[in-house]
Amino acid sequence: MTAALGRFLILASVFVSAAGSIVAFAAGKKHSPEGLMFARRFAYAFAALMVVATGVMEYALLRHDFSVGYVAHVGSREVPTWVTIVSLWSSLEGSILFWGLILGLYIAGATWLTRNQYVDYMPFAIGTWLACATFFSYLIAAPANPFLTVPAQPDGPGPNPLLQNHLLMIIHPPFLYLGYVGMTIPFGLACAALMRGRLGHAFLRPLRASLLLPWIFLTIAIMLGGWWAYEVLGWGGYWAWDPVENASLLPWLTATAALHSAIVMERRGVLKGWTVTLVQGSFLLTILGTFMTRSGVFNSVHSFTQSSIGPTILVFLTATLLFSVVLLALRINTLEAEGKLESPVSREGMFLVNNLLFVLLTFTVLIGTVFPLAVEAFKGRQMSVGRPYFDSMVVPVGTALLFLIGVGPALPWGRVTRKQAIRSLLMPLASGTVVALIGYIAGARNPWTILTLLFGGYAAWVTVVEMSRGGTRVLRRGRRRFGGYVVHAGAVIVLVSIAVSSTMRTSTEVRLTRGQAAKIGPYTVTFLAAEERTEPHRQSTVARFAVTSNGKPVTTLEPRMNFYPTMREPIGTPDVHSTITRDLYLSIMNIDPNSQTVSVMMLITPMVSWIWIAVFLMGVGGLIALIPARSVVILSEAKDLRMPSSLATGDPSLRSG
Amino acid sequence: MNRSRLFLLIALAVAAIGFAVIAGSGISRNLVYYWSPTDITHAGDKAYGATIRLGGQVAPGSVHMGNGSALDFDVTDRQTTVHVKSNGVPPQMFREGIGVVVEGTMTRGGYFQSDRLMVSHNNEYRAPKAGEQIDAKKLIKSTKGIE
Repeated sequence: MTAALGRFLILASVFVSAAGSIVAFAAGKKHSPEGLMFARRFAYAFAALMVVATGVMEYALLRHDFSVGYVAHVGSREVPTWVTIVSLWSSLEGSILFWGLILGLYIAGATWLTRNQYVDYMPFAIGTWLACATFFSYLIAAPANPFLTVPAQPDGPGPNPLLQNHLLMIIHPPFLYLGYVGMTIPFGLACAALMRGRLGHAFLRPLRASLLLPWIFLTIAIMLGGWWAYEVLGWGGYWAWDPVENASLLPWLTATAALHSAIVMERRGVLKGWTVTLVQGSFLLTILGTFMTRSGVFNSVHSFTQSSIGPTILVFLTATLLFSVVLLALRINTLEAEGKLESPVSREGMFLVNNLLFVLLTFTVLIGTVFPLAVEAFKGRQMSVGRPYFDSMVVPVGTALLFLIGVGPALPWGRVTRKQAIRSLLMPLASGTVVALIGYIAGARNPWTILTLLFGGYAAWVTVVEMSRGGTRVLRRGRRRFGGYVVHAGAVIVLVSIAVSSTMRTSTEVRLTRGQAAKIGPYTVTFLAAEERTEPHRQSTVARFAVTSNGKPVTTLEPRMNFYPTMREPIGTPDVHSTITRDLYLSIMNIDPNSQTVSVMMLITPMVSWIWIAVFLMGVGGLIALIPARSVVILSEAKDLRMPSSLATGDPSLRSG
Repeated sequence: MNRSRLFLLIALAVAAIGFAVIAGSGISRNLVYYWSPTDITHAGDKAYGATIRLGGQVAPGSVHMGNGSALDFDVTDRQTTVHVKSNGVPPQMFREGIGVVVEGTMTRGGYFQSDRLMVSHNNEYRAPKAGEQIDAKKLIKSTKGIE
């Protein structure tokens, strides 16, 4: 019954989105306001159907209705309620339904926010969005149907234990989907600009905002994924250039490039076609990422099962790629440049270099990720590209980007005299040298790390100076600019922390019996006992360690091995003592409660927690930049009557940058 | 097409080719091959020096713990057997008869030097029954927790 209702809702959404897409494109072709109005209603209807369908699924999960295929696949009476709720995204079919829900909410939100504006563009944008919605509805309806009716059974297996092993798993997937799915909106707007054959100054606002919002989610999601890997997988790192990690990074790289090129487009009226290309590329890379993670071509935590949706997504990917390329080829000439670039050594010159580096990074990661797939597809041989490839390629480019974060904002727009250039570039050098010296004294010897510290100190100086420019007025007027610098500040800290944490860690593996102790860095780690614990959904063997430093107790750590009834093998969960300067990380390799012996990997990694904090700061910076400047100006206008009216009503972008 | 534009295009083309060369050589130097014991013996001289992810079953009766954390065992696909030397503490589930994946290189001394030892962490992979073929490729692909 529940399954049939869900099935009906999904089939209805296929129809609604397909019909809405056709209506929207027809309205755009005929310049029909009534048609546009109808298309908007179809967009809202699609969102409503997705909300209700997801509600039906959650209802079935919470009721343990094992006659619904997906519930029978991931549900279990044994697991806690929070696990049951989040099982919606714990396996393939449910996660695609969740994708549909988010897509519906994004489309409805974007349709509503643009309701009285951009009437020339919106029919094409809504048409493109609903065309994508048609595809995902079809995925939910046919190859990944979560509402299959199956013979009811008393209980189910529960979701993948690795995913119910940590709380971060509740928030990482939603953030990732919000980032991935959100790229559909700027893609639709970019396609609309191409179809319309115009990309005016005003239309930049929705394009930028719709790109920035998913960018924020994706930034946070990538960090949460790394944090989860660090807290759960037990090998002590947070990033391994796993294909699935790369899949989340690729659209982030192109979206970041697009956010920068959009600024040049706004200031100088150039790079329109390029920005549109980057936006389309970001969307295509999210689809490629979905293919890589959901089709089972790579094995990892994320490819839950070998699934049949791979070919379907591949068809969609090919179709959207062809569509984008053809659209670009036919229409890119219509997006005329209104100005020109003046000098290579200038702010806009640095933006160009920035874009070049981001595209280089994208190709580096893309090639390394896709190459093994191509070899397997054409030659049938299996291999992977080792980590050193990524490290050796990405580290120099990342360092160059850090250099740009320092240099770019210090250079003025337009023509730059040599004196100006030297003056703006030399000033912060002292700060960089000091930071590099501090790092050297603290033990940094890797040349790349020292270079990163130098550029980091340099960039931090420039960023702080730019941030404080304009004083408190910034919060009212140059909010977008200010937000951008907050993102930069976060990025500087992230890059420095990555360099330090990956080159300055110490690790050791020891075998201890009860009462024995081992030393690592300033800590003495004593193995107290191994004990068994029973929870409703799992059994655990927990090793208790007392951590002391100079004889003073610091903390107690409890890394553990978890045994799930549905898994043959146990899953280890490390335990971490985080401080602002360094993390102490204990991960069990091997434990025997009978003889009270444990083999444990101990790691001290400096500055890890800075990464999580700084990425969060990047997200906050993005949010600051996202808040519409106009509404802030109107709010503050009452207080500041002396403000010229042209500033209060003009395009907010004129005041920033 | 004006001159500066032409120069720009040529510069971009040169940069693109340079990048392709660097990336290509970077990839070819860092490939990790997924091989079974039989693949290794078939590869002959090519097996030496390459980074290999070797998959198979820990041959029953072959595990030998040495001093400290030294560990010796045989990996087999029931056709060929490769002797593996490994350092470091083995994972919790490591035992005879289990499916393992070891990453490292084949040495001229005729044994496989493993830098990393992983135990198949997957529900879908089950230990092969006696006399049954071992699919090394499937084993490697299904081994989770590989970075």
